[in-house]
Amino acid sequence: MESELLNTLALSRIQFAANISFHILFPTITIGLGWLLFYFKLRFEISQHPVWMRIYRFWVKIFALTFAIGVVTGITMSFQFGTNWPGFMEKVGNIAGPLLGYEVMSAFFLEATFLGVMLFGIHRVPSKVHTLATLIVAIGTSLSAFWIIALNSWMHTPAGFVMENGVAMPTDWIAIIFNPSMPYRLGHMMLASFLTASFLIAGVSAYRILKGDLKSAPKLALKQSLPLAAFLIVVQIAVGDMHGINTLKYQPAKIAAMEAVWHTEQGAPLVLFAWPNEDTQRNDYEIAIPYGASLILTHELDGEIQGISSFGEDRPAVKPLFFGFRIMVGTGVLMLVVSWIGVWLLWRRDTLPQWMLKTLVGMTFSGWVATIAGWYVTEIGRQPWLVQGVLKTSDAVTNIASHNVALSLAMYLGVYIILMAAYLHTLFNLARKAVVVDEYETGNLTDVALADAVSKENRHV
Amino acid sequence: MFDDAQLPLVFLGLMGFSVLVYAILDGFDLGVGILLPMDNKQQRDRMVASIGPFWDANETWLVLAVGILLIAFPQAHSLILRELYIPAAFMLIGLIVRGVSFDFRVKAVTRFQRSWDWAFKLGSLFVALSQGYMLGRYVLGFDQQTIAYGFAVLSALGVAAAYTYIGGAWLVMKTAGPLQLRASIWTRRAGWVAAVGIALVSIANVSLSPTVAARWLTMPNAILLFPLPVLSGAIVVFVDYYLRNQPHAEDFGHSLPFFFIALLFSLSFIGLGYSYFPYVVPHVLLATEGASAPVSLRFILTGILIIMPTILLYTAFTYRVFWGKATDLTYH
Repeated sequence: MESELLNTLALSRIQFAANISFHILFPTITIGLGWLLFYFKLRFEISQHPVWMRIYRFWVKIFALTFAIGVVTGITMSFQFGTNWPGFMEKVGNIAGPLLGYEVMSAFFLEATFLGVMLFGIHRVPSKVHTLATLIVAIGTSLSAFWIIALNSWMHTPAGFVMENGVAMPTDWIAIIFNPSMPYRLGHMMLASFLTASFLIAGVSAYRILKGDLKSAPKLALKQSLPLAAFLIVVQIAVGDMHGINTLKYQPAKIAAMEAVWHTEQGAPLVLFAWPNEDTQRNDYEIAIPYGASLILTHELDGEIQGISSFGEDRPAVKPLFFGFRIMVGTGVLMLVVSWIGVWLLWRRDTLPQWMLKTLVGMTFSGWVATIAGWYVTEIGRQPWLVQGVLKTSDAVTNIASHNVALSLAMYLGVYIILMAAYLHTLFNLARKAVVVDEYETGNLTDVALADAVSKENRHV
Repeated sequence: MFDDAQLPLVFLGLMGFSVLVYAILDGFDLGVGILLPMDNKQQRDRMVASIGPFWDANETWLVLAVGILLIAFPQAHSLILRELYIPAAFMLIGLIVRGVSFDFRVKAVTRFQRSWDWAFKLGSLFVALSQGYMLGRYVLGFDQQTIAYGFAVLSALGVAAAYTYIGGAWLVMKTAGPLQLRASIWTRRAGWVAAVGIALVSIANVSLSPTVAARWLTMPNAILLFPLPVLSGAIVVFVDYYLRNQPHAEDFGHSLPFFFIALLFSLSFIGLGYSYFPYVVPHVLLATEGASAPVSLRFILTGILIIMPTILLYTAFTYRVFWGKATDLTYH
């Protein structure tokens, strides 16, 4: 029985990780892309120039596809709590429930309902109403992120409640929603989403140009997205730093594991690379910058960093955090370098050389890599807790037979693999189809834009 | 507004309302999916176009219903999803597959498009069957006897037929010409299967459960409740009569079948609700047992009372925007 429960726990954790990892990829795109679509449509409203409509029309298709996968994989998430983690709702349901409820009511319905108007309603409502629908969908996706991040942050830094008979009772909803790590996490995630969307647009536009698309739409999309990425990555690095300092205050064990600081020390070095060794509690093959970690985290050379060994049993595994953090930061640095060189090249000669276009295609999904790595760091970093200091993951799991969990997990994984292949295939297929579409004609711009908007060749593309 | 003891019942009502709206709204788009004719691409395109702007929001009602169950009755949520772990997983897979097929069927390369249509059709059928199965397991309180499983299978077929029924009626309302005629035939067939299904499930329900029988078959309840089955039967007969005489001059009354079937769904739902109120899990758990803390329920209720009418308003707005016969879907 004991090992049966352990199997169920392990499989449930893998299943939850698989479901949420797959799910988050798609909202990460749509949260940022929704606002960018609103921006494109707004530019069209103001200028009436058909190129903006072209950009909008191409990206709204990708938005629709991405959104659909996000919705259906999100439904799975809403069942997960009951199917695999009954202990979560039993213990903290009085807090988690309303936050999830507000997400469904204030965000989910809003985005899903107005998505219909946004995707298919342009001939049925005035253009301004359509632009408004696009704005509402963008607001909806962001509100959704707001509530989910509020709940997730509360699980990291719980506040505004008391324990009564082993159950969390809310005392202050403002303190619950705006818990100590919430503003940092929300900012970090929103920026991650905009960066993911920017690099996606830049990558796919570069792909189209490489395939011989000489129209103005991909070129303009590239010129819009790359400077945005270059700006946001700088902001993101600053916000990430603040988020790290917040984590040091509330979850020092997570920071210790991220930096692979085994024993409490002042003036801890910044470990660039190492192979953390759980047995000997030290790092093998370490390359480090002296005082680096203390400087970054405490902004003092001899600041004290609490070591992993001082947390006893209640601390996360070191390797996934240490490497996950380095993958995230490494991707971020790559984003910084590529976007700044790209912007500089665009500024100097207005077009990008082949090698830069190819680099951007390679970076199309860099946002996904950084986002997933970052979430793994923060979520694994909370272990063994499900709700920091309140509920352990192992106490929340279902006692359902492990072979049932194995079956559902296998089904999900199978579907996800097919979906991911189909998504990537379709994305680049849409890009290739767009390459052969004719350029809009110039003339009376307003008429052209409208004619373009209803042009037959793009039906069902 | 409500005292603490009433709160769980208010949430039970809200959850029931969400389930009913879900069954009608996602019911019709699942039904359209089940009916997708693999022999006629043009008709398939038109059928999918008729549900295109709606299906996303329709599915959200399921999330709301499960959400209310999770928020207000966490104990019941755990209990139900533990018992229905495998069918729920099947339903979720079905929802994923059909939801994405909707987008892939037009955007994927041509040679895969037909496969996505199959995925859409079978995924829709899968979802309908698993929901019906889960409903059957649920109303008998997850009884472990063989006959209870048989009842669940019956319920699965009944729900799939009912979704097909309302889906067909949706097509009668939203299409014209040969497709409308074809949809009329589909709807009539599905109607008889659904009617037999509903009748059998009702009889089985009364005969398998003494408490339900007591509620329906004692005086004066039996007389007061009599209009419910009679009205339901009348709807089925009327819809069949209307569809048999298709096409009607100037498409007269083309939306009647849909709204009458929606009424039939509501009546069946009232019947179920009356049988089991105030249980949140029939025979097993009362709504008042294991509900969340009043302070949490009150916090979310405030939101629901403000937001729910807003949702209904803007849902009505989108249905109005896309009112009339479906046209080809264009992303502008």
